[in-house]
Amino acid sequence: MTCELVAQALVSGLLAGFVFALIAAGLSLIFGVMEIVNFAHGEFLMLSMYLSYFLNASLGWDPLVALPLNAVALFLLGVLVYYALIRRVLRAPMLAQIFATFGLSVFLQNLAQFLFRPDFRMVATTMATGRIALGGVFISRPQLVAAIGAVLTTGLLYWLLTRTETGKALLATAEDRQAASLMGIDPDRMFALSWGLGAACVGVAGALLSTFYYVFPQVGGIFALIAFVAVALGGFGSVTGAFLGGIIIGAVESLAGVFVAPAVKNIFVFAIYLVVMLVRPRGLLGKQ
Amino acid sequence: MKIALAILAAAALGFPFVFRGPYPQHLAILVMLYALLGSAWNLLGGFAGQVSLGQAIFFGAGAYTSTLLAQHAGLSPWVGMIAGALVAGALALAIGYPCFRLSGHYFAIATIAIGEIAGIAVTNWDFGGGAVGLFLPVGTEGLLSFQFHRSKLGYYYVLAAMLLATLLLSAWLRRGRAGYYWRAIREDQPAARSVGVPALRFKQIAIVLSAALTACAGTFYAQYVLFIDPGSVLPLSLSIQICLVAVLGGVGTVIGPLLGALVLVPLSEATRVLLGGSGRSLDLVVYGLLIMLISVFEPAGIAGIARRLGLTAR
Repeated sequence: MTCELVAQALVSGLLAGFVFALIAAGLSLIFGVMEIVNFAHGEFLMLSMYLSYFLNASLGWDPLVALPLNAVALFLLGVLVYYALIRRVLRAPMLAQIFATFGLSVFLQNLAQFLFRPDFRMVATTMATGRIALGGVFISRPQLVAAIGAVLTTGLLYWLLTRTETGKALLATAEDRQAASLMGIDPDRMFALSWGLGAACVGVAGALLSTFYYVFPQVGGIFALIAFVAVALGGFGSVTGAFLGGIIIGAVESLAGVFVAPAVKNIFVFAIYLVVMLVRPRGLLGKQ
Repeated sequence: MKIALAILAAAALGFPFVFRGPYPQHLAILVMLYALLGSAWNLLGGFAGQVSLGQAIFFGAGAYTSTLLAQHAGLSPWVGMIAGALVAGALALAIGYPCFRLSGHYFAIATIAIGEIAGIAVTNWDFGGGAVGLFLPVGTEGLLSFQFHRSKLGYYYVLAAMLLATLLLSAWLRRGRAGYYWRAIREDQPAARSVGVPALRFKQIAIVLSAALTACAGTFYAQYVLFIDPGSVLPLSLSIQICLVAVLGGVGTVIGPLLGALVLVPLSEATRVLLGGSGRSLDLVVYGLLIMLISVFEPAGIAGIARRLGLTAR
């Protein structure tokens, strides 16, 4: 019984963790390239979920089919935010940068509330429904699809960063902005690209989440806070670290929810971060 | 600087005689409360450069300590305020010791994590009222019992005195040895340590002072509103607001947090009064937009504008 319970908690935790991991990977990419924490990351996620919802409600499109559209739309939003806002605070102190993105988060969240009302909404039709029984463990099919989608997308991002010329240029900019620009890499374009890709990651995550999660204006906050912790846990700027952080947090959250109490599960998420920080002050995979 | 302070003190003294209504006085109390909180943050985040996004823990510690002591031991809120400051100071030491090993964003996220843990813990803490919160016993009116029912003037002057003391303390610390040590730590900690600045000890001093002052503001809040719950004294949004006031005013300046509160609080109230009420949060849309605009056009904060106009010296 207990064994099955552990397996069940671990499986659902890992499935959720893969989605956290994708959200965190996008956040970490932006930070890695330009050392700005995007406080509006959760609001990007929320907008992507609304996009899925409205495409489904008005045109009947399945969020999973429309997923590439979410990725492209959020990529464009990320690039737009970079040119309209972030570019203007590049040389500002860290705190001014934080509050530029914080202001954006307040703006987007409340704009959504103004336009879409604070109602909780749910995507009505999607091909991923029901659950699969695997031994004594039940797996929710939409969650499984979301986890697989998240892993594939993070894999794609990793491939893009390490195997393509553009990705290498991004990593070079992250490593040393000046040296990269001396090699003929335009940092400005790389910054815009990192915002585009980081936002596209939550674009995909939003489409995947919308098949089984409520859509409402504040939905991003929950995921953004977890993503911050995942990024810091893995080490700021490390996409692999953020992925690892997301998975750990998913598992811890689920196990604590089952074995302690759902109301206090996040205490364990934050506590695990603090414990790891005592041992590795720059995260699991950060440069120590 | 001294002239500016004198003018502000005179303005604060005279304000209630010009604006007699309860709403302007409430607004002024909010401005002073955020100025106090921002100044306390500024000791740690501005002077010593350790950005805390968990100030609500200390605010909550002050509010809960004095309230629980009043409810269960019948102690005066003034004793509660001192006890709250001691509790917050002890918490600050316990938080600072491990967390000051972290730098930059890692420290900021750690303070968020601790703040969230505190929020969840108190929400599930039955003795502390849990999610329902605590109502303060309504007592006799007067300075000694720290309750004023007929008019807000009592609260107004108590808070004005607290704010003045904080600003003076802040100016004194900035000029003194601690101020120089903090600036050295903020600019380059390894270099500061190499010339013999005891970095950890002075960061601990900064967080303890910051926490104690924040806790005093927490006790004031509890006495003013007479109701506390985790959602009002322990949320992450409060920690962010506190930091925002100091940043928009001007980080690391004595007068910055006050300027920030003077602009930000009326701004948020004005957008709420003019655009709120529809229940559709248009006020917060505008508020978010304004925060972005200030960050873009005035990253050094309002103190930067004042400096350019020659109003205050650096």
